[in-house]
Amino acid sequence: MVNGREDVSLSESEMGYIRNAMGREPNPLELGMLDIMFSEHCSYKSSRPILKLLPGAGKRVVVGQGYDAGVMDVDDGWVVNIRMESHNHPSAIEPYNGAATGIGGIIRDVLCQGARPIALVDSLRFGPLKSARSRWLFKYVVKGIGDYGNCTGIPTVAGEVEFDESFENNCLVNVACIGLARKENLVLAKASHPGDLLILVGGSTGRDGIHGVTFASKVLTDKSEEDRPSVQIGDPFTKKRIVEGTLKAIETGYVRGLKDLGGGGLTCAASEMAAKGGCGAEIDISKMHLREEGMTPYEIMLSESQERMLFAVKDIQVTEVFDRYETPYAVVGKVTDSKYLVVKHGEKMLARVPAELLADPPTVERRAIKPLVKLEKTKGVPRKIGMLEILSSQNIASKEWVYRQYDHEVGVRTITKPGDGDSAVMMLPNEKALAIAADCNSGHAYLDPYIGGSGAVAESCRNVAATGGEPLAIVDCCNFGDPEKPELFWQFKEAVKGIADMCTGLEVPCIGGNVSFYNESSGTGKAVKPCPAVVALGLVNSLDHITPMQFQKVGDAVLILGETHRELGGSEYYRLSGIDGGEIPKIDASREKRSIDAVLSAIKSGSVSSCHDCSRGGLGVALAIMAIRGGLGATIELEKVPFKDLSFEEVLFSETHSRFILTSEEENVKALMGLLETSSVPFARIGKVSTTLTFRWQNEEHDFPIDRMTSVWENVIPKYMEGGEK
Amino acid sequence: MKVAVLQFPGSNCDLDALKALRSIKVPTDLIWHREFKGGDYDGVIIPGGFAYGDYLRAGAISAHTPAIEEVKEMAAEGKPIGGICNGFQILIEAGLLPGALIENSSMKFVCKWVIVKVETDRTPFTRLLRRGQLMRMPVAHHQGNYFCKNLKELYENDQIVFRYVDERALPTESANPNGAIDNVAGVCNPEGNVVGLMPHPERASNAILSPSGTADGEIFFKSMFDYMGGRSW
Repeated sequence: MVNGREDVSLSESEMGYIRNAMGREPNPLELGMLDIMFSEHCSYKSSRPILKLLPGAGKRVVVGQGYDAGVMDVDDGWVVNIRMESHNHPSAIEPYNGAATGIGGIIRDVLCQGARPIALVDSLRFGPLKSARSRWLFKYVVKGIGDYGNCTGIPTVAGEVEFDESFENNCLVNVACIGLARKENLVLAKASHPGDLLILVGGSTGRDGIHGVTFASKVLTDKSEEDRPSVQIGDPFTKKRIVEGTLKAIETGYVRGLKDLGGGGLTCAASEMAAKGGCGAEIDISKMHLREEGMTPYEIMLSESQERMLFAVKDIQVTEVFDRYETPYAVVGKVTDSKYLVVKHGEKMLARVPAELLADPPTVERRAIKPLVKLEKTKGVPRKIGMLEILSSQNIASKEWVYRQYDHEVGVRTITKPGDGDSAVMMLPNEKALAIAADCNSGHAYLDPYIGGSGAVAESCRNVAATGGEPLAIVDCCNFGDPEKPELFWQFKEAVKGIADMCTGLEVPCIGGNVSFYNESSGTGKAVKPCPAVVALGLVNSLDHITPMQFQKVGDAVLILGETHRELGGSEYYRLSGIDGGEIPKIDASREKRSIDAVLSAIKSGSVSSCHDCSRGGLGVALAIMAIRGGLGATIELEKVPFKDLSFEEVLFSETHSRFILTSEEENVKALMGLLETSSVPFARIGKVSTTLTFRWQNEEHDFPIDRMTSVWENVIPKYMEGGEK
Repeated sequence: MKVAVLQFPGSNCDLDALKALRSIKVPTDLIWHREFKGGDYDGVIIPGGFAYGDYLRAGAISAHTPAIEEVKEMAAEGKPIGGICNGFQILIEAGLLPGALIENSSMKFVCKWVIVKVETDRTPFTRLLRRGQLMRMPVAHHQGNYFCKNLKELYENDQIVFRYVDERALPTESANPNGAIDNVAGVCNPEGNVVGLMPHPERASNAILSPSGTADGEIFFKSMFDYMGGRSW
């Protein structure tokens, strides 16, 4: 509470900083604008000092951290850009519009750099589906993403879903968008030419979403349902017109700066563009097209109404494009040389705040203390779990119920489709392709956030490599609890360190990210399991390198790359058998790099017919899914897998990192093994593709018929979502 | 000799259709609906998407635009008119094709590759195909469940163009992605020159994007161009 106002959450020291910078007391409108820009969501005030650890440089990086999206060079004058964001809080109370506007926002971030959005990715977390609330959230989040992406004509091609009790009240909805542009058409979110016109394009400004960011910067409570009005409403039809109008406008050459309006609305977009360009901006709110009558300047400047973009243009002629494409717009102001964001109504001055004060609030130093993780059941012999039981786990089961609802074909670029590979593979205009994979294992991250962060980078890079892509860059989305609690801030700090170290080790830059704090419920007092989600991009240099995940042909040799250790802590196997602790899979960036390099050189040699990484559920699940998807099986001599002193279940279900399964046609096996010999990665030929999945172990055979596994694996989620199972 | 790909606000398969036509060297314009004149073109493709946001009903608003009046004149002149997905919905709303497209029986959007059987080769879009031939194409829609009261009449008039089938060419329930009556995936007008279908031939016009490795959808556009006298394959 500041100056008697309950809706302002600035601290006393922040108020002091503001008074000092302004040389006076801010008026109520200015105070509202500052409050929103100083919120955690807009300012990253807690996380910024930690995020500095992330390595952002690389020879293909065109635009790195700190802009709306990171941009990578993919050769021949083409660039791709990517941005990842969370929309957790809105989705937890209004799943349909919360998720839909998450997609809407992420599309704008990519579009505002002048790129055509070509792919969407979703990384989702819910409570287990036995709960009616979880089913409600899951159903409408998926529908929200689908309806928005499908309507705007951007395919949703990759993603992941995880179910865990800690997400019961606070589901996590992380989305990423990837865009494609010519390098010369890139635009930055900068207003650097005084005199340029500021044009607000797109939807009208209404009262929706006011204080959305402040709401996202606190813990969910029983009263959060009352915050439903701060969830914005999406309009994908208007968005589609904005996409086409914006891309055409950029072609005119008149656009010199462009930013989308997201959290913090016009206040955020105008102040950040001005500050980045070293200029000021003047907005006349009487010029704006408003949705409702009687809106106050405060509401207008803080509105988070969707589907709006702020253009800085050198010539009014650009508006001919908006007229032609029936895209609403209004000239609302101009770029100035004053370094102030000035808000006027006609001639009347309403606010005058230094742009830099708004755009660059001081950081807050948070304490980080390593918590004592209390595990309820750490020891004991795990219950024996069979293959069918693990395949019927919601975390392992087929996610077809989700991706069938997403148009993953529109745009005619999707080569490897959802479910067919470790990553989605999208065709680029230059006879190359882009591999895209999303990963995070909150079970691992809970036991050791450092390993959770580094493991997410490793797994996503492994996934792009398995389809034939050289890891190009990653973006991250960190979902944690209240940063004011030192134990939770420690988790965040460790996870970021993990991400940073693995990026350095794999020589993959982190080109952007998002932090979502306060993911906890006041009811249970519990935070979500830490969740450093990562999306990796890989560059497939030749379309011949694209490799499927499923078994291809009876008789193909099956090989495993990498050693298997007793590392079942946080594994699906332990989770199902009710064990909280155990040895968490260790991470070693140099070992990871050797494995990835070996797989890529094997794929490039043309001797690999299918490839899949071993992650959640271990070797057993990896082989089962290669079998199910291929409609074929394999006979595996499990004792040939490189390991020391492990039981049957441990070999099958340990989640040791840095492992891949490869298959190869018989005539290519010799060449492949010769090549792997030179890689200094342990590997072994463990069997061959057949028609049923058989594991040989100590003179016994364990058979798993493909149709039985398939029906179990495919029906878990539909049974909950369509069958009304409780 | 020119084809128009008609663009409404909210069309989103316009560029994909343009790409498919141009890849087989058909002279094609992507044309904004307000600037469209039927007389300038010898055939038209109404692409998929969510024209006018599918507000009211899918295709309902676009069906009442001046551009569709032009399309009606072209249809009367016997020019080939193809509506894909949302384009099919628009042609039905415009009264150029019989029946209705209602919500999928699953009540959900569905995106998957399906197999359709060619039921007639008399239309401009199927003349290079054989009756009974199978084509693999993806569907992606929420309202693709075809329904009509006079199915028998449509069969008698040879107006059923495509049906969903399984790999043995049987119109089974599991081969039907949306609950369409009698597995109908595409129909034509009595004259045969106006064709609408839910599957996307433009998305099946590049072999690398097709799970079967064949560009089956390409023949749809080749047939159209062949009919226009543009080029024979």
